Amino acid sequence: MGRFVMSAVAALVVVVCATAASAASTIRIGGLFAVTGPAAFLGEPERNTLEMLVKETNAKGGIHGSRIELFVYDTQGDATKAVQLATKLIKNDKVVAIIGPSTTGESLAVIPVVEREKIPLVSCAAGIKITEPVKKWVFKTPANDHVAAEKIFNYAAKLKQKNIALMTVSDSYGSSGREQLKALAAKKGISIVADEVYSPKDTDMTPQLTKIRGAKPDAIICWGTNPGPAVVTRNLKQLGIKIPLYQSHGVASKKFIELAGSAAAEGVTLPAGKLAIYDILPKNDPQAPLLREYDQAYRRNFKVEASTFGGYAYDGYRLIVEAIKKSGATPDKIRAGLENTRKMVGVSGVFTMSQTDHNGLDLSAFEMVRVSKGDWVLAR
Amino acid sequence: MSHQILQYILSGLSTGAIYSLIGIGFAIIYNSTGIINFAQGEFVMLGGIMTWFFLSVFQLPLIAAMVLAIALSTAVGVLFERLTIRPLRNASPLILVIITIGASILIRGMAMLIWGKDTHSLPMFTGSEPLTVAGATLLPQHLWIFGITLFIIAVNRFYFHHSISGKAMRACSHNRRAAGLVGIDVKRMVLFSFAISSALGSVAGIITAPLTMTSYDVGIMLGLKGFCAAIIGGMSSGIATVVGGLLLGVLESLGAGMVSSGYKDAIAFIILLLILVIRPQGLFKKAETERV
Repeated sequence: MGRFVMSAVAALVVVVCATAASAASTIRIGGLFAVTGPAAFLGEPERNTLEMLVKETNAKGGIHGSRIELFVYDTQGDATKAVQLATKLIKNDKVVAIIGPSTTGESLAVIPVVEREKIPLVSCAAGIKITEPVKKWVFKTPANDHVAAEKIFNYAAKLKQKNIALMTVSDSYGSSGREQLKALAAKKGISIVADEVYSPKDTDMTPQLTKIRGAKPDAIICWGTNPGPAVVTRNLKQLGIKIPLYQSHGVASKKFIELAGSAAAEGVTLPAGKLAIYDILPKNDPQAPLLREYDQAYRRNFKVEASTFGGYAYDGYRLIVEAIKKSGATPDKIRAGLENTRKMVGVSGVFTMSQTDHNGLDLSAFEMVRVSKGDWVLAR
Repeated sequence: MSHQILQYILSGLSTGAIYSLIGIGFAIIYNSTGIINFAQGEFVMLGGIMTWFFLSVFQLPLIAAMVLAIALSTAVGVLFERLTIRPLRNASPLILVIITIGASILIRGMAMLIWGKDTHSLPMFTGSEPLTVAGATLLPQHLWIFGITLFIIAVNRFYFHHSISGKAMRACSHNRRAAGLVGIDVKRMVLFSFAISSALGSVAGIITAPLTMTSYDVGIMLGLKGFCAAIIGGMSSGIATVVGGLLLGVLESLGAGMVSSGYKDAIAFIILLLILVIRPQGLFKKAETERV
């Protein structure tokens, strides 16, 4: 009996110690994603990716022996909820870093919270205002829109296309793109001869395109996310307009070709994030192996192809993990580590951060591709 | 410039034909029940998305997929009337209208769960080579839209003016109580009106999906535009709503082309507000005294 009590006590002590030890060495990371609501197409793959990666890290024994504990909340794409949940992550869950939110509006709303509480935030939203001007605690993984815009203009300049028509969607993605395109065109000496918009649910863009035809541009740049750009592509074919068409990186997936139809999409050129086209990248591309691995792991876990959006969370997580490995697991050290990221290969590109650049991507994040016979080919 | 204007008008007419079909659906239910069915747009969505579903998932031929989609959408419409409108038929029209809004959110949500959030495309009925008409172009699918719209309007007219149940339905719209007194089964007529308008909505969805593509949320905007068409037409289930839809389509298209494309949707709603304020009885009807 006495021995039994002794060993029971001993076992209890061991259990308590073990819990204490593991509590001391878990790293708490927060995620804020719009898993439901209008931006669910962003939030869902982001959450899936993050959960997949954390499971993988823990299965391999964590970071330097510390397990990762993940807290993910659904913001429903609502900025007010995002702020509440960010506060909850920081105050209740005591996370050392946050990945997300998914949209620019939510990210801008959360920035004052993390700046005040001094917790590093790696946003998954593309808006340029998130990291420009640079905020001490805020980073982001998607490339800025103007990088994609510049890629298109450089390509157009090579083909001596001087007069460009714009056809942008009237949501935040389109209007941000429109601003960037116009600002950049002025710098590059390209003239915008028509500037038309359409609404996200428009089903017929022939009036705008008829007007654009009247302006006789050398090329048309359409900036939107599916299905609008597919309708524009079909309408161009319907009107028999032969002007070259550029799309944005927002439709760089097979879905676009499927919706527009391969006949109408033939020849459409766009800057694509490399995840969509890793099959056709040159052998020596630094990202290709990682992209393949990510896509295949995602397909195994969720039965659908990986999306660029999930890649934003992928990069956010990898950046934080690298920062922890290098510097340590306190908010302060993670922040310093993030800022010192050098040539880290990710899904969206190769990241090199600095005090003045909290995004860290350059023109190499995109590759110009063209639709040919229902598939992408590199356009150089 | 004249080519451009012709193109605007042709584009406008083809979108307008769709608005007309949806608008007639609104009008039929309004006339038999006195409520505006804001779930009308969802039947447009159901028609298109179910055709896609049967076509690409079950690999059925296009015709079979279309017939099945219309039949199922009609069944949803009938079920909708049975479950929401009939049990509450003594409720005020305002409550019923709010119920239709709720039902539209429910139908949309279920469609999202069943068919996902992706956009899907349907093949054109006959080819995708554009036809040129005096310098402007349109697709064979546009001819289908015009043809089917005309056909449906003719059938509608015949039904409402030359068949017993059509006449009975019109009687209900004039005076429900009196119609009931002369032996018309008003409840059945209401059910009929839901069946007809959901079938019409789904047809509109099917014939437009090859052009516009379809997804779980296409119903909202199309439903509102159809509603505008019906308001312009004074909620008539005949030619006035058709003209209303065509007018709306052409004005939108001309506005987008010649003024600014930023105002395209605004144009529809400005017209809606103007009509409601200035001529609430519709553009073409003489003012009526309010029925009591």
